[in-house]
Amino acid sequence: MSALAGSGAPLVQPVTSISKPAGARLIVEQASYAYSATDRSAPKFTLGPASFEAHPRELVAILGPNASGKSTLLTLLAGLHRPLSGRIEVDGTEVSLLDLRTRAQRIALVQQESELLFPLRVWEYVLQGRYPYGRRLRFESAEDCLLAGNALAQVGADKLRDRWMDQLSGGEKQRVILARSLAQQPSLLLLDEPTQHLDIGGKVELLRRLRRLADESRYTVLVVTHELNLAAEFSDRIVLLHKGKCLRVGTPAEVYERGLLEEVFEAPLEVEMRAGGRPRVILRGNY
Amino acid sequence: MRPLTSRRVLWICAALLGVLFLAVVIALRMGAYPISVGDIVMTLVNGAIGRRERIPSEFWLVVFGLRLPRIALGILVGAALSTAGAGFQALLRNPLADPYVLGVSSGAALGAILSLVAAPHTPGAIQAAAFAGALATIAAVYFLGRRGGQIDSATLLLAGIVTASFLSAVIMFLMTTLSGRDLRGMAFWLMGDLASPPAVDLRWLYFLLIVGVGSMYTTASDLNLILTGEQEARHLGVNVSRVKMVVYVAASVLTGLAVSVSGAIGYVGLLVPHLMRMMFGSDYRLLIPASAIGGAILIVIADTLARTVVAPTELPVGAMTALAGAPVFIYLMRRRVR
Repeated sequence: MSALAGSGAPLVQPVTSISKPAGARLIVEQASYAYSATDRSAPKFTLGPASFEAHPRELVAILGPNASGKSTLLTLLAGLHRPLSGRIEVDGTEVSLLDLRTRAQRIALVQQESELLFPLRVWEYVLQGRYPYGRRLRFESAEDCLLAGNALAQVGADKLRDRWMDQLSGGEKQRVILARSLAQQPSLLLLDEPTQHLDIGGKVELLRRLRRLADESRYTVLVVTHELNLAAEFSDRIVLLHKGKCLRVGTPAEVYERGLLEEVFEAPLEVEMRAGGRPRVILRGNY
Repeated sequence: MRPLTSRRVLWICAALLGVLFLAVVIALRMGAYPISVGDIVMTLVNGAIGRRERIPSEFWLVVFGLRLPRIALGILVGAALSTAGAGFQALLRNPLADPYVLGVSSGAALGAILSLVAAPHTPGAIQAAAFAGALATIAAVYFLGRRGGQIDSATLLLAGIVTASFLSAVIMFLMTTLSGRDLRGMAFWLMGDLASPPAVDLRWLYFLLIVGVGSMYTTASDLNLILTGEQEARHLGVNVSRVKMVVYVAASVLTGLAVSVSGAIGYVGLLVPHLMRMMFGSDYRLLIPASAIGGAILIVIADTLARTVVAPTELPVGAMTALAGAPVFIYLMRRRVR
C-alpha cells in the first residue's frame, strides 16, 4: 500500500465544493438521567435536570470537576441513553428516537480512542466515518473517498493519510479522530475531553480548529473540557456542572464568577476580565 | 487512498481458489498408490462431466473413493475453523482468539461425545450437540473472561485455556470410562483427525458451512468498525449487539460443524486469519472469504503431510497444525506484550 502514497492526492478538492450540512439546533429541556450498577440497586449517579440550547456556528463548552456528569450529559446528547425526564432535540427531533444510522449522520461523538486491534492506515480509519451512509456490505465510493480526503484536509492532516494509526503522535491522532467524525458529515459535533493528552500547543490548536469549524463550516460544536481558560477564550457559551447538577448556563463572562468557580473546583481562584469581555482564571495566593 | 473494491475481493478469492486447486491436485497425487498428475486431471474432468466409463476403476477408487472425500472434508473443516477464528477475534476483540485456544473446540467435542453416548444413531444429532457445546463454552469463557464488566484480554485467554484443559480432562474421563463404546479414539477428539469419514452427507455439511460463512459475511463492514472499538462503532451507527449475536452464533455453528466431523483441530483459526491479514490487510470484507479459502488450503496441505511424512503410519492432522500454530501463537503473544 505504501507504493500508493500520495496517489489519492488529486481527490482532495477545495472544502467548499461539497455540500455540507448546516449546523444543528440543539435543545435540552429539563433532561435528567440516573444510572445504577444493576436494575434493582440504588442509582450510582444522578444527573439533575439540565436545560440549555446550542445553535449553528456556536461552540459550547461543558465544564465541571471530575464526576460532575459531563460525560454522562454528552452521552445523552449523543442519544446513547434516553433521558429519564425532559427532552433533548436536534432540529426538532428527539435524539434517542432516531435510528442508529440517521443519528450517526447527524451527530458525531468524539471520545478518547480505544486501542486498535489490528494496524490501520489513517485513510482507512477516516473512511469509516462514511459507514452511516452505506448499505450493508457496500464498498466505499469515489464520493466517500472525496469526503474522507476533505475531512483530513479540514483538520490539516492530509499529509498523514498513508501513515499507520499507531505511529501517530497524540496531537496527530486527535486530528485524525476528528477527521473521521467530520467524514460523518454531522451537523452536531460532540467532543469528550479532546484536549486530555495534548500539550499546551496542541490544546490551543485543537480549540482554534473547533472554533473555525463552527465559524466557517457552520457546525454546532459541544466540547467537554477541563481547560477553563481555553473554554473562556474560544466558546460562546458555558454549561457548568457540579455533582450532577447544572449550576449555570451563559457566556463565559456570565458564568466565570470567582465565588462560584471556587466552590465548584474547590481551589482558590481569581477571575480577571480581559479586553473583549473574555474572562481569565488564575490561581490565587501562595499554594 | 485506495479503498477495497468488490473486484479486488473477487480477484484475490479467485487466486486463492487457484492455489486451493493446486493443493488438491498435489494431495490427490500423494499416497501409497502412485498416480500421475495427468491421470488425476483426466479422472477429475471425466468424473465432473459424468463419463465414469472412461476412468480406470483403480483410479476411480483412489481419487473418488479414497482421497477426494477426505480432501473435501479437509476443505470443509479448514474453511469452518478459519472463519470461526476470524469471527472470534473480532467478537472478543482479541487477536489470539481461536476456537481451540478458547476451549470452544473442546466444548464442541464434549457435546459430540455426549450425543454419541445418548443418541448414537440420530442423524444430525452430533452436529447439533457439537454446536450446543460450542455455544455454551464460548458463553462461559466470555463471562469468565470479564473483569469489572469489561472483557479483559489476558483474563479471557486464561479463562479459555483453563476451560479447554478442564473440558479435555472431562473428555479423557468419558473416553476411558466408556471405552467399550464406539466413540472414535481419544486422539480424534483431542487432536483432530480426518481419517474417519463422517456419518452424514457431506453436501448437508457444506450447506451449513455456506450458511455460517455467509451470515458472518453480512456483518463484515460492522466488524471492521467493532475492531476499532465497540463504543465508536455504536456512535457510527452499528447495531453492536445484533452483530455480536450473529457472529457468536455463526462462529459456534462453524466450530461445531468442524469438530463434529474432525475432532478438535487446533490453531487453524488463529494461523489463517493472521496470515491473510499479513497478506491482504485486516478488512473483514476480504478477510472472511480469504480466511475460508486459506483455511481450506492449510488443512489440505497439513493433512497431506500428516498422512505422508511418516507413511505408512498416519499422524493426526491436528498434530501438524499444532506444530505450525503453537510457534505463531507465541510469536503473536510476545509481539503483543512488547
